[in-house]
Amino acid sequence: MEAALQTNVQTCYHCGDSCVDELVLADDKAFCCAGCKTVYELLEENNLCTYYNLEQNPGISGKAQASDARFAYLDDAGVETQLLNFRNDTICKLTFYVPQMHCSSCIWLLENLFKLNTGISESTVNFLRKEISLTYFHQQTSLREVVTLLARLGYEPAITLADTDGKKIQSQSHTIIYKLGIAGFCFGNVMLLAFPDYLAVTEGLQRSFGSFFGYLSIILSIPVFIYSARGFFTSAWEGIRQRYINIDFPIALGLISLFCVSLYEIITGTGPGYLDSFTGLVFFMLIGKYFQQKTYDTLSFDRDYTSYFPVSVTVLKDGKEEATAVRNLKVGNRIRVRNQELIPADAMLLRGQAMIDYSFVSGESEAVEKVAGEVIYAGGRQVGESIELEVVKEVSQGYLTQLWNDGAFSKKEAHSVETYANTAGRWFVIVTLIVAAGTLYYWVPRDMDMAMRAFTSVLIIACPCALSLATPFVHGHTLRVFGKNKFFLKNTSVVETLAKIDTVVFDKTGTLTELSAAEISYTGKALTAEQERRILSVLRHSTHPLSQRISENLKDKPLPVENFKEYTGQGLSGEVNGQLVRVGSAAYQGIPADKTSDNLKTTVYVSLDGVVLGYYTFYNVYREGLRGILQDLSDKKIAVLSGDNNHEEDRLRALLGEEAELVFNQSPVQKLQSIQALQEKHQHVLMVGDGLNDAGALKQSDAGIALTNSVTNFSPSCDAILDATAFGKLSRFLAFSKKTMNIILATFIVSLFYNVIGLTLAVQGLFSPIASAILMPISSLSVIVFATLSVKFVAKRAGL
Amino acid sequence: MYIIFFMIAVSVSVAALFLGAFLWAVRSGQYDDDYTPAVRMLFDNETVADNKGKGQTDAQPRA
Repeated sequence: MEAALQTNVQTCYHCGDSCVDELVLADDKAFCCAGCKTVYELLEENNLCTYYNLEQNPGISGKAQASDARFAYLDDAGVETQLLNFRNDTICKLTFYVPQMHCSSCIWLLENLFKLNTGISESTVNFLRKEISLTYFHQQTSLREVVTLLARLGYEPAITLADTDGKKIQSQSHTIIYKLGIAGFCFGNVMLLAFPDYLAVTEGLQRSFGSFFGYLSIILSIPVFIYSARGFFTSAWEGIRQRYINIDFPIALGLISLFCVSLYEIITGTGPGYLDSFTGLVFFMLIGKYFQQKTYDTLSFDRDYTSYFPVSVTVLKDGKEEATAVRNLKVGNRIRVRNQELIPADAMLLRGQAMIDYSFVSGESEAVEKVAGEVIYAGGRQVGESIELEVVKEVSQGYLTQLWNDGAFSKKEAHSVETYANTAGRWFVIVTLIVAAGTLYYWVPRDMDMAMRAFTSVLIIACPCALSLATPFVHGHTLRVFGKNKFFLKNTSVVETLAKIDTVVFDKTGTLTELSAAEISYTGKALTAEQERRILSVLRHSTHPLSQRISENLKDKPLPVENFKEYTGQGLSGEVNGQLVRVGSAAYQGIPADKTSDNLKTTVYVSLDGVVLGYYTFYNVYREGLRGILQDLSDKKIAVLSGDNNHEEDRLRALLGEEAELVFNQSPVQKLQSIQALQEKHQHVLMVGDGLNDAGALKQSDAGIALTNSVTNFSPSCDAILDATAFGKLSRFLAFSKKTMNIILATFIVSLFYNVIGLTLAVQGLFSPIASAILMPISSLSVIVFATLSVKFVAKRAGL
Repeated sequence: MYIIFFMIAVSVSVAALFLGAFLWAVRSGQYDDDYTPAVRMLFDNETVADNKGKGQTDAQPRA
């Protein structure tokens, strides 16, 4: 496979990116950076090039290669024991979470690690959970070497502070599957034993074996009653204790009466009982439960700040750098933070130019400049050169940690969601009891025996099995439809919450706006191409985020610059072709403060040879599809809560219309209170946010959606995670949730129809075991099929 | 006709064996990951000779 295609831009043989900035050639193959080439050579050397044959360009870009020294903390015995699952005197076992896994090549390579490091004895991938389980001989290799190897290949395991807090015991719950298996086994066998009853010709068989079949059925039904159906009974009991009738109450009532009547009939020899219906019902309802329970294992919906913090930090001791676990940071330690690294603890700046991006913590869109001596709070991200800081507070005492542990943030949600199913269940009980009392009232004076039979069969037939199947299946399918569209819900009850939403609150930075882009407009005297080129040449030398943003927008080849100087917090200067170019703030250019147009807008002035020509203004770039969403949400109240200042107010107003509520400069706690205020007006609030600063609001709102650029990456605790690429579908998701509620209603009507048939038979005393054996599975199955097909149909119509 | 007692006893015990096997399989984690094994079984054990014509088919790293 020759990657060297005859095109202008070649794609990297390893990762598939186009080789724009640089082109590295090796073995007639093109690579976009040295990192990719290194990985290729490593694989080539070890004969692992199958990696490239399984998929096209499977690699992960090696552009952002950091130094291997950052894994030094893994040599710390304390950290090691916290990460390992098992250790004896020869081997260690542990499981890593590797978010970069994405294709079969990844699986192949990660399972062939032993060829690259002989100390690794075995590595097994679980692709759905994006986990790799490793076993290695600790005499031959170390944890650090294993992690370094993974990182070098581009599969750096995500090790966060939360992992070192203690071993996560993630045992998948198999209980529901055990219950299903047992219920299925018993259902099948009881049905076989009940077969003679279905056919009138087997009268003789029934006489000679009836009691044997009956007792065997009882034996088979007992585990179903005690084990498989236990969930329904406990849930109903919980409801009663809270003086609250939920959907499980009529189910439990129906199941108990079915079981007891069957026992009575079989023991007294008066009839064959209904045990086939009983076991069948439990089996079908468990399928519904299982369907509802299937969740996204790989996503974590409840994160706290520890999931964002790095595990290690570079500490400077006597001029030497060493990686230390964040847990062991002491007040007074000097730390080094490099480009794009998080500040792990509140610290004072000692050296370097700090540009702190707080967007994740406070929602400010622009990086904040800090000068030596200022305290920088934990959670900020350094942009630009590496800086040195002195820790002033331990991690557990920091501002962010305290914010997180604020009572408002850890409020337990009082869940009294009045779900459709529970409301329906309550009515169901009332109607059933009325009908049952009516049959008693009618039959008792006429025929005592008949009265008992009719009364119990009313209770049995009115088992709201179909009712209880509708919700889990419709919701389960809805979750799948959403998942396909990169919208992941925490559980099925979120669907109902979304259907009720009447107020949508957005965070601004990172939610409505694209963090990675900014629009720039130039105001002032028009610049010639040559002048622009000179300005660009100077800007190219600076690592300041604003300089980089302007230079991204000016496409040209830079010229050589002499006497380049950067004044922290002010601006830059340099000489190009003998002309002095100065770029920076108004104050730096000597423009009096009253002449500047707007203090809130971020502006950068340019001057050539001392003459100020004009300034660049930065604007937020709003996400694609935002306008469309807002039009579709016009029936709902819209609000924006932003931690940023209000320089974008006019543009937002234009986008959102006059009705919308815009609030700026909100602290995380104020955001939470704003949501509360809306809820006190009995509004159902949906909050869409992305940062830690929205965490409280997301928790407080009826439904909180965390928007994220990579689903497996950062997201504050929330009810749903939405991939940023699917942001344009938000209004469709809400409309779809509403539609699914209508489907549930329709399904209720279908099941009601069965119940009417069954009850008519029951009150007349015509309800026989055969009728129940036919009616019950048919009603269950048809409800499942109806729910499945209608959700599929509606999803197609909605284009999801 | 009494053979029926015996037959049913046999059939139920065989079914119970299958149930036991199913529960054991779930318990030992065989249903935890239903994707990766399907991919894994398609991998060749031998490394494919790559396009540069190094006709090496053994998985030994070259010294």
